[in-house]
Amino acid sequence: MIYQDSKTLLTVRKLHATVNGIEILKGMDLTIKSGEVHAIMGPNGSGKSTFSKVLAGHPSYEVSGGEVEFEGRNLLDLKPEERARAGVFLGFQYPIEIPGVANSQFLRLAYNTVQTERGKDELDPLEFDDFVREKMKLLEMNPDFLDRSVNEGFSGGEKKRNEILQMALLEPRLAILDETDSGLDIDALRIVAGGVNQLANKDNAIVLVTHYQRLLNYIVPDYVHVMESGRIVKTGGKELALELEARGYDWVGAEVKANARVNA
Amino acid sequence: MSTTLQNLVNQPYQHGFVSDIESDVAPKGLSEDTIRLISAKKNEPEWLLELRLKAYQQWLKMEEPQWPNVHYPKIDFQAISYYSAPKPKKTLASMDEVDPELLRTFEKLGVPMNERAKLAGVAVDVIFDSVSVATTYKAKLAEVGIIFCSISEAVRDHPDLVRKYLGSVVPVGDNYYAALNSAVFTDGSFCFIPKGVKCPMDLSTYFRINTENSGQFERTLIIAEEGASVSYLEGCTAPKFDTNQLHAAVVELVALDNADIKYSTVQNWYAGDENGLGGIYNFVTKRGLCKGVNSRISWTQVETGSAITWKYPSCVLRGDNSVGEFYSVALTNHYQQADTGTKMIHLGKNTRSTIVSKGISAGHSNNSYRGLVRIAPTAAGARNYSQCDSMLIGEQCGANTFPYIQVNNPSAKVEHEASTSKIGEDQLFYFAQRGIGAEEAVSMIINGFCKDVFQQLPMEFAVEATKLLGLKLEGSVG
Ligand SMILES: Nc1ncnc2c1ncn2[C@@H]1O[C@H](COP(=O)(O)OP(=O)(O)OP(=O)(O)O)[C@@H](O)[C@H]1O
Ligand SMILES: [Mg+2]
Repeated sequence: MIYQDSKTLLTVRKLHATVNGIEILKGMDLTIKSGEVHAIMGPNGSGKSTFSKVLAGHPSYEVSGGEVEFEGRNLLDLKPEERARAGVFLGFQYPIEIPGVANSQFLRLAYNTVQTERGKDELDPLEFDDFVREKMKLLEMNPDFLDRSVNEGFSGGEKKRNEILQMALLEPRLAILDETDSGLDIDALRIVAGGVNQLANKDNAIVLVTHYQRLLNYIVPDYVHVMESGRIVKTGGKELALELEARGYDWVGAEVKANARVNA
Repeated sequence: MSTTLQNLVNQPYQHGFVSDIESDVAPKGLSEDTIRLISAKKNEPEWLLELRLKAYQQWLKMEEPQWPNVHYPKIDFQAISYYSAPKPKKTLASMDEVDPELLRTFEKLGVPMNERAKLAGVAVDVIFDSVSVATTYKAKLAEVGIIFCSISEAVRDHPDLVRKYLGSVVPVGDNYYAALNSAVFTDGSFCFIPKGVKCPMDLSTYFRINTENSGQFERTLIIAEEGASVSYLEGCTAPKFDTNQLHAAVVELVALDNADIKYSTVQNWYAGDENGLGGIYNFVTKRGLCKGVNSRISWTQVETGSAITWKYPSCVLRGDNSVGEFYSVALTNHYQQADTGTKMIHLGKNTRSTIVSKGISAGHSNNSYRGLVRIAPTAAGARNYSQCDSMLIGEQCGANTFPYIQVNNPSAKVEHEASTSKIGEDQLFYFAQRGIGAEEAVSMIINGFCKDVFQQLPMEFAVEATKLLGLKLEGSVG
C-alpha cells in the first residue's frame, strides 16, 4: 500500500551487473518505499532473477556499475549474510536442497542470527519449536517438514512454502519473492498469498517477481514494472499487469523502441 | 571457486608448539643393537626381546607397501631415533606429581586432563612421547579387577597376559609397519577387563608426539574377557614441525564370548602446512578379533590430522554371531593424503558387520576409502552393510572409493552404497541469504554429513570432534 509519510527503503540507480563477463543487468532503476508492494514482470531471461540475486549479493554476479542504497546504507558494501541480517530477504525461484541439515535446525539458526542482529533474545530449541509450529499453521504446513533435511525431496510447491515460512520467521524489511507462485497449486497459492499479506505492513516492502496475474489477484501490487534485457522498460499500476496478461509483452517492446526513436 | 570457500578451509594449526621437557633420546638408526638397547632400557624379559628380533628379521625382508593411494618421499629409517622418553624422576602416584610443563601442554591443547578426568569420570593414561607418565583412577579400576596401565608396566606386572595376547591379532610379520612396530615399540596402553565386568567409565589415552624426529611406535593391547565390556578413547594432537614424523602404531583388541569393545579415536596430528610441508606420517595397524561367540568390536574414528594417513581398523569375526562395526570420518585439507577404511573378515556363522565411512576433502587433498569385506566359506548367514560417502569442498581436491568384496558363502548378504556430494556456492549463498555466515554453514553441512558417525562417539568426544572439524574447516572468512 502507498502511504503518504513512508520512508524510502531501497534505491537502485543505473545498476549494471555481469556474470561470467556477460552483462545481464543494463541500467536498472527502481525506488521502493516502505509499505509498498511492487511486481516485476517480464519475459524469460530478461534478468528478473539476476536482479534479485544481485540485490541479495550472490557471489557469481559482479556489479559493474550503479548504486544500491538500502535504508540509507550502501547495500553493495555488505556481505550477503549482512544484507540478510539487515532485512533483505530473497525467496528463491529454485530453492536449493541441503542434505543432512535438519530444516528445524536451519530455521532456528537463521532465526536466532537475525534476532541477535536486532538485539532480541534467541530461542532455545523447545521455544523455537512452539514458535515455528505456529507459523507453519498459518501456512498450513505439516510439522513433519521440520525433521526433514532442508528442501531435500520437497515437491516444488513444498519448497516454495518453506521459503515463505522463512520469510514469516525472519520478518524482513524487504522481501523479494522470485516466482513464489510458480509450482503452487490453486489452494497453496491462496494460502501462501494469505501468508504474505499478513506479513505486509507499513514498515516493510514486498517485491513480487511473477509471470501471472493470478498471484496479483491475491497480493495487489501498488506498482507493476516490466523488465526487458536487463532494465525496467515500463512502470504502471496494478492494471498494467492485466494489460500484459491480455496482450503479452510485444507491445511494450514496440513502445520502448518508438519512444527511443522519438528521444533520439 | 570464491575466495570465501578457499579461506574457509585454511585454518592454521593451533596446537603447534614444542614443550620444553628434557628428553632421553636414543641415537638415530635402526639395527639389532637399537632393539637390544630399547629392550634393555625397559628391563624386558627375554621372550619379548626375541619377539622384537623376530619382527625385525621379518621387516628386513619386507617391502614398503606401494598400493595405497598416497605419495611421499622414501623414508630413511636410519634417520629416526627409536627411543625418546621424558625423564621421569620416579613413578608418579598422582596428578600433582606430573611435570607442570607437561600439564601446561595439555592445557594448551584444550585437554585439562585432571579436570576432565574428575568431571567426566575418565581415567587418563597419559602417553607423552613414548612413556606413560601419569595414570589416574587406577585404584578405582583395580577394585573391579580391571588392569589399565602402560604396556611396559603390563610387561613387568602381568607378563603372562601380555605374552598370551601380544601379536595374537596382528602377527609380528603382518605388514611392513606392523613388523617395524613389533621390533621397536616403546610404549602404549594395556587394558584388561576380566570376565563379566562392565568397565564403569570410559578409558582414555592422549597420545602426543613431542621430540622432533623421534618415531612413534605405540603398542596398544585391549582384552575383554567373557561378558566384559569397555569403551576406550584415544585422542591425538602433535606440535608443529617441518620435518616429517613417522608414526606406526599397532592396536590389538581381543573380545571373548559375549564381550564388547568400543574403540573411539579422534586424531588431530600436525598435518603439514598449507603448502604440504611437514606433518605426521600415520601408518597404523589396528585390528580387533571377535574371538568369542556374540562378541562385538566397534571402531569409531575421526581422522583430521597427519600429512599421510594409512589406516584400516579391522575386525576378524571368528565367533559365531559376532558383530564388527566401523564408523569413520576422515577429513583432509591442503595437501593431506588419506587412504583409510576397514577390513571385515567374516569367519563365523551369522556374523554381521556395518561400515559407515564419511570422507571430506578440501584444498588440494586426496581422500580415499579402501575397504575389504570378506565372507569366508564358513560364514553362513553373514551380513554386511557398507555406506561410503564423500564430500568435496572446492575444486582441487579428490575423493576415491575402493571397495573390495569377496563372498565365498552363498547364504551371505552384502550391501554397498556410495555417494559423492559437494558443498556448492549456491548452498552457501542460501545460508548467507538467511543470515548464516559461511563458517557456520560449512560446519552445519559437515556435521549433518557426519551425523551417523558422531552419534557413535561418547558424548564429550562427539562435542570435541564437532569442534575439531569446525576448527579444521573454518577460518579467516573474508
Ligand atoms: N550464471 C550464468 N551464466 C550465464 N548466463 C546467465 C547466468 N545467470 C543468468 N544468466 C543469463 O542471464 C539472463 C537473465 O537470467 P534470469 O535468470 O535473471 O532471467 P529471468 O528474468 O529471471 O527469467 P525467468 O523468467 O525465466 O525466470 C538469461 O539469459 C540467463 O541465461
Ligand atoms: Mg527467474
